[in-house]
Amino acid sequence: MNLAAAAGLFLAGLTRLITGAQGHWYGCPPKAEQRVYFANHQSHFDWVLIWAALPSDLRARTRPIAARDYWTASAFKQWLTTEVFNAVYVSRVRSADEDPLEPLAEALENGDSLVIFPEGTRSNKGEPQAFKSGLYHLAQRFPEVQLIPAWIDNVQRVMPKGEVVPVPILCSVTFGAPLQLESGEDKDAFLVRAREAVIALRQVAD
Amino acid sequence: MGALRNLDVTQQVALLFVVLFGLLTLVTAVWLARTLRETDDAERERQERFRRDLRAVWVGALLFWVAWVSGAIGATLLFAVLSFVALREFITLTHTRRADHRSLLLAFFGILPLQFVLAGAQSLNLFMVFIPVYTFLAIPVVSAFGDDPQRFLERTAKIQWGIMVCIYGMSHAPALLLLELPQYNERGAFLVLYLVAVVTAAYIGQESAARRLRSLPVARHISRSFSWRAWSIGAVAAGLVGGLLYWATPFKPWQAVGMGGIAGACGMLGDFVMQALKRDAGVRHWGGKVSVTGAVGLLDRVAPLCFAAPVFFHSVRWLYGA
Repeated sequence: MNLAAAAGLFLAGLTRLITGAQGHWYGCPPKAEQRVYFANHQSHFDWVLIWAALPSDLRARTRPIAARDYWTASAFKQWLTTEVFNAVYVSRVRSADEDPLEPLAEALENGDSLVIFPEGTRSNKGEPQAFKSGLYHLAQRFPEVQLIPAWIDNVQRVMPKGEVVPVPILCSVTFGAPLQLESGEDKDAFLVRAREAVIALRQVAD
Repeated sequence: MGALRNLDVTQQVALLFVVLFGLLTLVTAVWLARTLRETDDAERERQERFRRDLRAVWVGALLFWVAWVSGAIGATLLFAVLSFVALREFITLTHTRRADHRSLLLAFFGILPLQFVLAGAQSLNLFMVFIPVYTFLAIPVVSAFGDDPQRFLERTAKIQWGIMVCIYGMSHAPALLLLELPQYNERGAFLVLYLVAVVTAAYIGQESAARRLRSLPVARHISRSFSWRAWSIGAVAAGLVGGLLYWATPFKPWQAVGMGGIAGACGMLGDFVMQALKRDAGVRHWGGKVSVTGAVGLLDRVAPLCFAAPVFFHSVRWLYGA
């Protein structure tokens, strides 16, 4: 085992110790299929929590999205995102001739699974904000990839904005049934439906 | 039983574990045989519940064995981890706000380890006042720095209460382990085993009595099964088991019965209080609330111990003037 794999195991273990990282599979089994998980976003901890809640054989092929400017700023951040999490880098500043979804599409073409937070930013008001259109474009381009909604519960209490040390509080991730883009469904309708699928899981979680 | 009393420590421990694991194996075998029969749904559900309980007992017994093998440090560590998991579960179900973040960090990463270090180092004086006095004063101060007056007293009180039960109560188990009694050196582990055994006996006695007797509940809004009669039967069961184990303890036979009864009675009251808390938090089983707490439900199981341990600890010290 190399250092990165050991660091991954250690992080997953630590996350389980602090949050329990319970994964509840309501709408789908934890299978090694190609998937895009999309979830509500409340904390920096969200990705690690979903990642720790996945069975270990799925972890290796499930990748997060990381902002290139922030996560490559230091050698440690770069090592963490590249070696441990195998993140897909995206640039936050959009240049005219570049499709911001291109790195994601590339990863999906390679057969990897992704975890995305379609709100784009962290919200702590309880209700998730409106979803950005990236999810829709991915659904359009990759109809064979399963879109799995996920609800992350309680994580805002573990590490509120501005704090660095997490408090041990039990969290759970509820995975729902796969979502499909209906034929002829327009962008806004799909995004609303996707957001509602995530919110609906909160009732299951409570 | 005089012959048993004359054995040396290692032999007695070996005997205890052989008896414990033998009993468990027997119960498991009987249970396995019964699951092979054709049954209806209600019976199957009962068996499923029993299976979960049985597994918990097995895990508990194995942990004890590991703790014994690894000595005082291992046992202290084991109870510290139990306390951590119990407190984590308690805080999850309690209403805390962002401003409590620092106090919670202090509780989990400052007070908890320190209390168990004090228990392990046998600094009994500080061990006994550290949480009731110093923590009691420190937590509200740290919380107040969080700059949030909303429900301040309530939040602080809840955190303090959680610390009291999950850390302070639990830390008396390893303290018991290390308690030095006259002519009872290095046998503290027996006292912990004795305590766990009598509390379990009380719990089982009370539960089965409550199911058969159908007597009037004392507080029906909190628990439908808690009645004075069932409680006394549980205490008697604890006393009997305590008496049976007397050869491994420093007590005289009647003292062993009495101590068992006291510890068992306290444990059941602790369980009763936890049920009130559960009702308040809106859950029927801590562990049953799968969404947040997962399958653990540990607080439920350790609460009787948390209540019984301090009382038992002080009774022993008072009895021996240690």
